[in-house]
Amino acid sequence: MSAEISLLASLLIFVLAILVGFEVISKVPATLHTPLMSGANSIHGIVLIGAMIIAGIADEPIGYILAFIGVVFGAMNVVGGYVVTDRMLQMFRKRPSAPKSDAGKRA
Amino acid sequence: MSDETLNTIVILVGALAASAFVIGLHYMNSPATARTGNRISAAGMAVAVVVTFLSLLLREGGISTEGLIIIVAGFLIGGAVGLFMALRVAMTAMPQLVSLFNAVGGGAAAIVALFDYGHVVGTPEEKISTAIFVVLGVVIGSITFAGSLIASGKLQGLISGKPIRVPGGTLTTAILGIVALIGTLLLVLSAGEAPVLALGNEVKILALLVVFAASLTFGVTMVLPIGGADMPVVISLLNSFTGTAAAMSGFVLESPLLIIAGALVGAAGGILTKLMADAMNRSLLNLMIGGFGGAEGTQADPAATGGTVREVGVDDAAIQLAYAQNVIIVPGYGLAVAQAQHACRELGDVLEDRGINVSYAIHPVAGRMPGHMNVLLAEANVPYPQLKEMDDINPEFPRCDVALVIGANDVTNPVARTDKSSPIYGMPILDVDEARSIIVIKRSMGRGYAGIDNSLYTNPKTGMLFADAKAGLENLLAAVKAL
Repeated sequence: MSAEISLLASLLIFVLAILVGFEVISKVPATLHTPLMSGANSIHGIVLIGAMIIAGIADEPIGYILAFIGVVFGAMNVVGGYVVTDRMLQMFRKRPSAPKSDAGKRA
Repeated sequence: MSDETLNTIVILVGALAASAFVIGLHYMNSPATARTGNRISAAGMAVAVVVTFLSLLLREGGISTEGLIIIVAGFLIGGAVGLFMALRVAMTAMPQLVSLFNAVGGGAAAIVALFDYGHVVGTPEEKISTAIFVVLGVVIGSITFAGSLIASGKLQGLISGKPIRVPGGTLTTAILGIVALIGTLLLVLSAGEAPVLALGNEVKILALLVVFAASLTFGVTMVLPIGGADMPVVISLLNSFTGTAAAMSGFVLESPLLIIAGALVGAAGGILTKLMADAMNRSLLNLMIGGFGGAEGTQADPAATGGTVREVGVDDAAIQLAYAQNVIIVPGYGLAVAQAQHACRELGDVLEDRGINVSYAIHPVAGRMPGHMNVLLAEANVPYPQLKEMDDINPEFPRCDVALVIGANDVTNPVARTDKSSPIYGMPILDVDEARSIIVIKRSMGRGYAGIDNSLYTNPKTGMLFADAKAGLENLLAAVKAL
């Protein structure tokens, strides 16, 4: 791999990303903390990519098993995380469909 | 296409995905744009996964059939399970599901690090830095995996929500820590071109497995002693851990995207953890050590607080509510437990139809995870502008005719402001006692989580309506409608 990045560059990226994370998150209102956490949870599902990479390297049974568990876990994290966050967020409405009463919807 | 070009493309697409995550999180600032934000983030993830997959297929030598099967089958199985759970879960059960997804994420990070070590051990690629990141990935990932599973089990009721004392307590934890530390030292000292310690590959892998086992056990012993009501903090903390573990596996695999995404989540979880700990007036350390106050549900002695408790009937309470101008509803953990959020919203609607201003005062730690109460009320169709955060609603209490407290206890206890000797002194609370009159729906005079008496209940302005949150609200609703 010639496009690989040096350790120092990686550390720099790590530190900057933490700062960006602090900056972006500290503005989120308490109302949205659960969806935020669930959304952030889906983002760390990125480790799925790591599991895919090791599946591409694996060449003996133990490696296959580890890679398989990793991919299953990662995919569950990513797919489930995004879907459940979307489900929560669609419930946050400014006004229930009709003003005041939502009788039509609940019928 | 050469491998070099492929790598460049993967890194560039990584930059795109990382931007999507940041923009997506930024859009979470407001309920109006949050859903779009989540979709931007999901799109970034999808592109990153697809491009990684293609790069594995197109690189020189391609991917082995086994590797291809593992990825496709693993993705389909994991994705289907995740999708099924996400679509089926009840909003009240959200904290345990988020915890479960968090567990598998941490588990995957630990596995990636374990595998990578097995792959590079004994080769020139086994640098000191690699050993450090592998150990960090394995330790943090497996603590999160085990800890989140326990947290999820506690929330689901599979494991008792009460604090469970681990045999040996702090000693056990200390021993596990020391074992993990020794293993880590062995791995780091034996890595690199001129290692301080010359160890065989088998010994090193064994050392890593010992570290792995110690960390898994530590995850269990760390979460077991923590009580159900502290879960908001624990879930935030573990979420932060998983992000960090993902970043560590990013260092191991030299993937900038993993590092960025992991660091973002690590920071997000860190902030939420601090917010939650502050809202409960507890330091993180104090919380991890666990065990707080008396057991849940101990009977309080009203005489001890020097006041008498005034009971109020359903009809009286209904009249107070129906002829008020401003009503603030204060929902707590008890409302979530009784699944009374729909009854609560219906009562709010009926009052609004009578021209009464209704708002909901939500304490940051109400519910079982940060912001959980907001999700439950949103599910029950309460419009989000009515959901007020603590700092916004507190100035409103003096102008409020009736404050209706449903299943909230410690977060309304005025001693947090006044009594320096109280364990909850200094905890930010909702100033319910400043309302002109107060109705508390509560099953009994049982104490809250902190195990202390609530002087709000003996306040002369307070009427206690003894009932289960759901039954109490339904009776109240019927009585208001009958007026």
